Amino acid sequence: MSILIDKNTKVIVQGLTGKTGTFHTEQALAYHGTQMVAGTHPKKGGTDWTGSNGESLPIYASVAEAKDATGATASVIYVPPAGAAAAIEEAIDAGIDLITCITEGVPVLDMVRVKEKLAASKSRLIGPNCPGLMTPDECKIGIMPGSIFKKGSVGVLSRSGTLTYEAVFQTTAAGLGQSSAVGIGGDPVKGTEFIDVLELFLADDETQSIIMIGEIGGSAEEDAAQFLIDEARKGRKKPVVGFIAGRTAPPGRTMGHAGAVISGGKGGAEDKIEAMQAAGIRVSPSPAKLGETLVDLLG
Amino acid sequence: MNIHEYQAKQVLKGFGAPIANGVPITSLDQAEAAIASLPGPVWVVKSQIHAGGRGKGKFKELAEDAKGGVRVSFSAEEALDNVKEMFGNTLVTKQTGPAGKQVNRLYIEDGADIDRELYLSILVDRETGKTSFVASTEGGMDIEAVAEETPDRIHTIGITASQGVTDADAEKIADAYELTGDTRAQGKALFAQLYEAFTSKDMSLLEINPLIVTKAGDIQVLDAKVSFDGNALFRHPDIMELRDETEEDDKEIEASKYDLAYIALDGEIGCMVNGAGLAMATMDIIKLYGASPANFLDVGGGATTEKVTAAFKIITSDPNVKGILVNIFGGIMRCDVIAEGVVQAVKDVGLKVPLVVRLEGTKVEEGKAIINDSGLNVIAADDLDDAAQKIVKAVKG
Repeated sequence: MSILIDKNTKVIVQGLTGKTGTFHTEQALAYHGTQMVAGTHPKKGGTDWTGSNGESLPIYASVAEAKDATGATASVIYVPPAGAAAAIEEAIDAGIDLITCITEGVPVLDMVRVKEKLAASKSRLIGPNCPGLMTPDECKIGIMPGSIFKKGSVGVLSRSGTLTYEAVFQTTAAGLGQSSAVGIGGDPVKGTEFIDVLELFLADDETQSIIMIGEIGGSAEEDAAQFLIDEARKGRKKPVVGFIAGRTAPPGRTMGHAGAVISGGKGGAEDKIEAMQAAGIRVSPSPAKLGETLVDLLG
Repeated sequence: MNIHEYQAKQVLKGFGAPIANGVPITSLDQAEAAIASLPGPVWVVKSQIHAGGRGKGKFKELAEDAKGGVRVSFSAEEALDNVKEMFGNTLVTKQTGPAGKQVNRLYIEDGADIDRELYLSILVDRETGKTSFVASTEGGMDIEAVAEETPDRIHTIGITASQGVTDADAEKIADAYELTGDTRAQGKALFAQLYEAFTSKDMSLLEINPLIVTKAGDIQVLDAKVSFDGNALFRHPDIMELRDETEEDDKEIEASKYDLAYIALDGEIGCMVNGAGLAMATMDIIKLYGASPANFLDVGGGATTEKVTAAFKIITSDPNVKGILVNIFGGIMRCDVIAEGVVQAVKDVGLKVPLVVRLEGTKVEEGKAIINDSGLNVIAADDLDDAAQKIVKAVKG
């Protein structure tokens, strides 16, 4: 098993015809034959997309049409920031189960609107401003580099793209491999939080341990720590290694990610680390020692 | 993006919010006319800098017992004296850091007859994903201190985006302030105006501290602090015009031209990293090994050779930088592009400090080859830990 996606997942690409969408769709198709089944474009419906290696996918005018024609349950969005929220809303309206928005720079009030719509729907949104998600050897949605993955037992989740890669790289090097990896994104208002993914990892047999990477800003890490404490009381528990980026970040400054800001004395790294440790999470002091810390924890 | 108080008030006035009359000045010779245009008998002279705590701030150039950055004046002569004393001097507040900020703009405003001081802010509550009002009767004070000491005096009212401020929402906010009669009606009208301003201009924070009730029972916006969502500025050219670059770090302005996320810090090791999380983690690991980062710099996912060169130039323009760490984990970012950028930049600007490069991920072998074949004096590192230790050792000895 894995979480959210596997070799049977069929994926529609919103924004396939752009440069970014094209590049990453080629990469996904090349990754163990991820089932990228169609693209959408409001004005190019009925045409075909052709990749640089001769790959071909049909383009539909809308997500609803593409879903009807292909039976896809997932979509990935490479639409520029100004149109990203509308793209998510279109996917929600079409009843897509799993929507992943890679786009960075979506206005936060657009996401406030999307969040309300999402709550009244059955769709799950990953992102925005995220690297996507992967199940090794089966399915790649988004922009993570496939070559560093190895099928295995560690569930990886993170607010940061490149730190997800660090965790994956290090667990691959340690021989553990990954069950699935999910980048939930660096924005303050997003579709999926740590807790949602932790719930899935706890329920997944293949996931035997978890690496969770947080950063300054908000209180999602504290919420996740409390969730793990509550679940452990019910007897659901897996070894977890954590890391928090931004211990040296100055207050009041937004550190690249729109959500990475210590404001009003809240969202600092030390509080998060303390909460994670209180929940029995082994917090690695260095981003270079995530794999090593997990191996040590597993004994 | 932040704007000045007087600009924030102009924006809010456009939505019908009650604002006192006032005139901004950007040079001393505008002062007399500005003061004369207001009726008195009370004039308030307010320093315009992008930092809070102005009233309690101190001017570096003035005596220790001199008044702060916001001054109430009871005659036109006194107002003018205050303007002359404040203009051009450096105001240090708890938010400016010890260096302070030069006051190049003053705002001269009609004095108000204050009965009650309230606190109001609008922000996006990341826990609920909703735009929310934060209301407190403890106006004119540091809201963080209020939250710490008397959290029961802070009320948060979330707004449903599809409905806007409903009458029930406005009632709740008015209740939080214990407003009555005509004052309550004015308040309720204002809450809707402020919400409209917040959402239609894509603000990230709207803080009115204090919101006042005058002795005549009228509601008025006495101070206003507004920040905008940088990701939404593309749809607000009118707001972009309010940007005051003199309030920003020169290196940060230069970085923003190349779409680089750069923040100047006060350490000695310059960092160039891809990805915000890894960039923060790189700063952290430098600290862990006993040195300090000179900056945060995320070159982003789609960096080109030109962008990397610009980033390198910005880092080396900081005189505090005693060493540079380049840390790249190529996902979308290709290591060969980074390597070419670094080599080009060193050729352009020279290299006077140690440089450690750690490359991993897409096209890593090609990237390493470019660095090795360049003949540059670059210290190669195997992983992040190794890289951090090597640069700290090179700088600290």
